[in-house]
Amino acid sequence: MARRRFAFAGGGEVKVRIAREERQVLRGLPAQLRQLMDEDPDDPAVRRLFPPAYRQRPDHEQEYRRLMGDDLRERRLAALAAMEETVDADVLTAEQASGWLRALNDLRLVLGTRLDVQDDTFAHEIDEADPRAPALALYGYLSVLEEELVEALAEGV
Amino acid sequence: MTIAPAPVRADDPGTEEVTNPDLPWVVIVWNDPVNLMSYVTYVFQKLFGYSKEKATKLMLDVHHKGRAVVSSGPRERAELDVFRLHEHGLWATMEHDT
Repeated sequence: MARRRFAFAGGGEVKVRIAREERQVLRGLPAQLRQLMDEDPDDPAVRRLFPPAYRQRPDHEQEYRRLMGDDLRERRLAALAAMEETVDADVLTAEQASGWLRALNDLRLVLGTRLDVQDDTFAHEIDEADPRAPALALYGYLSVLEEELVEALAEGV
Repeated sequence: MTIAPAPVRADDPGTEEVTNPDLPWVVIVWNDPVNLMSYVTYVFQKLFGYSKEKATKLMLDVHHKGRAVVSSGPRERAELDVFRLHEHGLWATMEHDT
């Protein structure tokens, strides 16, 4: 079994043991998502990051958007920045680790929406001839990474 | 699906219903194919202070029944809970309990 990439280090800190080539993959992802959020807020994958709070009350929903929409966006950008700034770190503070967790999850939400991932998408081996194969492989990698980070953080709960 | 009952601790909120008739707004989390089961459990623990057992049960309700009520309260409180769930990428809505 491969060594886990994140380890709970006490005091809320998380040790990071990610190979250099994997960090190279991660390095550019926050900027890509930030760019997508900036340039295409109506992209369905971006909209997945800003779901409605009220399903049946458009008036309440509009108010929620107005009051909370900017804050939600700021929190997402801060998480992406935390991951970007500490992509080479060996230890993350609790706050940085929280940023990584939310950034990884946002990247998976956007990629998963783009790829129309379903519960059974990974039930069969991905066909390498599938044009989505590289993106599905990235999604799968980010899922493993997030799972390992959750495991480490859950030790501190 | 069933899970083993949680050991009861004095400070364990896990044995109470999350809905309260005096607090009329309920916060609902809906199933989606992307969020990891472990992640959803962790988020419920972190945001609401739920025990691992209670958080796991709510996560399984979301997974198997398609939705679960995860908290309730006055509108402002429910809205804050929805915001924090949205911040964590969960598909959360709120409605007036009737």
